[in-house]
Amino acid sequence: MKQSQQSNDPLAAPPGMISVTVDGRTVLVPRTMPDWQGRQVPTTMLQACELAGVTVPHYCYHPKLPVAGNCRMCLVEYGVPALGPDRKPMRQPDGSLVIKKSPRPAIACATPVSPGMEIYTSTPTVKLMRQSVLEFLLINHPLDCPICDQAGECKLQEYSVEYGRASSRFVETKVHKNKQVDLGPRIMLDQERCILCSRCIRFTRDVVGDDALGIVNRGSYSAIAAYPGTTFDNNYTLNTADICPVGALTSKDFRFQMRVWFLKETMSLCASCGTGCNIVIGSRENRIYRFTPRQNDAVNSCWMCDYGRLNYRWIERADRLTNPGGTKLTKPDWEDAINGIAAGLKQTIPGHIAIVASARLTNEELYLVRRLAQFLGAPTDCAPRSGPADNLLLCADRNPNTKGAQLLGIAASLPGANLPVFARLIRNGTIRSLLVFGEDVTRHGIAPEDLARLDFLVASDIHSNGTTMISHYFLPGCAHVEKRGSFTNVHGRIQKFEKAVDPPGLARPELYWLSELVCRVTGQSVGRTVESVFEAMRAEVPAFRNIAWADLEDHGVATSV
Amino acid sequence: MSWAVPKEVEEKVDALVRRYPKPRSAVVMVLHALQEHFGCISPEAIEWTARKLGLRPINVLELVTFYPMFRREPFGKFHLRICRTLSCALAGSHQLHRHICEKLGLDPAKPGPQTSTDGLFTVEFVECLASCGTAPVIMCNETQHEQMTIEQVDKLLDQCRCKCGTGREGNLAAEHGFEP
Repeated sequence: MKQSQQSNDPLAAPPGMISVTVDGRTVLVPRTMPDWQGRQVPTTMLQACELAGVTVPHYCYHPKLPVAGNCRMCLVEYGVPALGPDRKPMRQPDGSLVIKKSPRPAIACATPVSPGMEIYTSTPTVKLMRQSVLEFLLINHPLDCPICDQAGECKLQEYSVEYGRASSRFVETKVHKNKQVDLGPRIMLDQERCILCSRCIRFTRDVVGDDALGIVNRGSYSAIAAYPGTTFDNNYTLNTADICPVGALTSKDFRFQMRVWFLKETMSLCASCGTGCNIVIGSRENRIYRFTPRQNDAVNSCWMCDYGRLNYRWIERADRLTNPGGTKLTKPDWEDAINGIAAGLKQTIPGHIAIVASARLTNEELYLVRRLAQFLGAPTDCAPRSGPADNLLLCADRNPNTKGAQLLGIAASLPGANLPVFARLIRNGTIRSLLVFGEDVTRHGIAPEDLARLDFLVASDIHSNGTTMISHYFLPGCAHVEKRGSFTNVHGRIQKFEKAVDPPGLARPELYWLSELVCRVTGQSVGRTVESVFEAMRAEVPAFRNIAWADLEDHGVATSV
Repeated sequence: MSWAVPKEVEEKVDALVRRYPKPRSAVVMVLHALQEHFGCISPEAIEWTARKLGLRPINVLELVTFYPMFRREPFGKFHLRICRTLSCALAGSHQLHRHICEKLGLDPAKPGPQTSTDGLFTVEFVECLASCGTAPVIMCNETQHEQMTIEQVDKLLDQCRCKCGTGREGNLAAEHGFEP
């Protein structure tokens, strides 16, 4: 007869679930969980511990890489239900399971859980194992933390604080290796700091598909290397500096620039292509020091491309527009500029005005452009921007918000298709007024001599360009890192980003002056905050109808359209 | 002179590759075949192997640098392997190794095989040669020399030199009754 079982019997888990006990706390975990590629595989002890809210330290394990199991930092003790002679679990008199503790520890990252398993992560043995693994890892480590770029975000430092010994027992001579290996154009390797976790090797081999790195030599002399005469140069190399748990792989762009603990972190997006990788901007005293990827499994996993990551230097270029200007503006003043533009727009005639707005503007800004265009009866378009795509994240559309511009009706169905038409209509005198927001139309098929025929030319951009130079009024705009807003990526996911640094001089976010212009020209106010404009957009544009600004949170929301 | 794998070696390699379900699995055997023919594994041999087996050169380099049996530079005429594992170490193999290195002008503290400047000797401190009962043991090329002493080592070196006509005259082999 079946023994009476308690309701919390570890062996009586719901279908598809397993009951395990972590440090005395029983939790239900799924029988299978996604592996690094998203395939369902048996849940590991490490995943179960995470679900139970227990941290298991690890170096080589990374949720988005194949399991290697070489660092041994995640060793834990465990036990499984003991089986009686009848091959059934034995029970204590009170009905609880008899647990047979394994005589050996196991690595939590690669050991699947089984029903009724008990995992112990805080026993004296586990503490001693962690201490010992750290002691081994530090044998040949140079301990050059004061000059190491990883200091402050280094797992060796963190685990030494939490699990390490207070003093070193190592009196022998350390093995010295090369501290400056030029692995590739963007990555520098310090072989002495490396703990040989092989994350970089697995990343470039299994995620990127460029099997460029390996471990050469053996024993204490083992070191990461690229094949002599080759360089580690794919578009994703800098991710290896992110996933390197120590200071072995460093970004040549960032190394020795700033101590990481001084960086202010801002949730943002990469604006270099239509993928919209989620990033964290590291800035200090109004200066940007680095972009790092932020995990979003719906978009970029834990990665971003080198092209996007390093595409930020233009923000502090010397030719930034820092004040309103133009041939008709007598002094660089926002009030005068807005007054002048509003007065000019009130005189335009529908059918004789066109608008070109950049697909680098935010959804909210493009919505304001749409309000203007509808009121003025102006056709609109964007300037397309493209480059070669790759097989991972980089997309051929190099504008971050082409999809948003299409959903808002700003871009032609084939973005840019209207630009030659605009050029022709300007030449034959039909279009008398042109508004250009965030682009240089002289580089997109509208010649400066055609622009010179216009009665009214207003332009905005971040840097001085061929259009702003000859416009009647120009307005200084902001890079996306200098403002808040949202982009819609090529797959229709709406994601928001926050402001990291202030714009230079009198430059103001496009939303700030577009909302002012809309108010002056149409007489209707949509507010001056990103949230209020988003609300107005939501009420009017079907693609955004079911999405509130607050819904976007950290990872964005896919549009239903 | 361009580097090339002779037809008969390539045929041997192809036969080796056919013995495994995946070409990659044959990599160690292929490297042995190439080392046997060329005397060492050159960068050209690594790249040739990688092409042959559909690998990246770094995959082959990892193996070549991992296994001590693969040589990246030509070895001397006489390959002296001195056992460093427990029994031999207790019986004085470290002193033998130091003595040989000093005699040949090599650095006993340097890891890995070293070749004397005259190109005659390559000295390697190796793990167990599986003759613990007769420690300390030295292998000179394929011949095993047991229960070695400093004196016997000196004689062995002299004998090797004689074979190449670079050392002093004398019929040491007949005198002492061992083969280098």
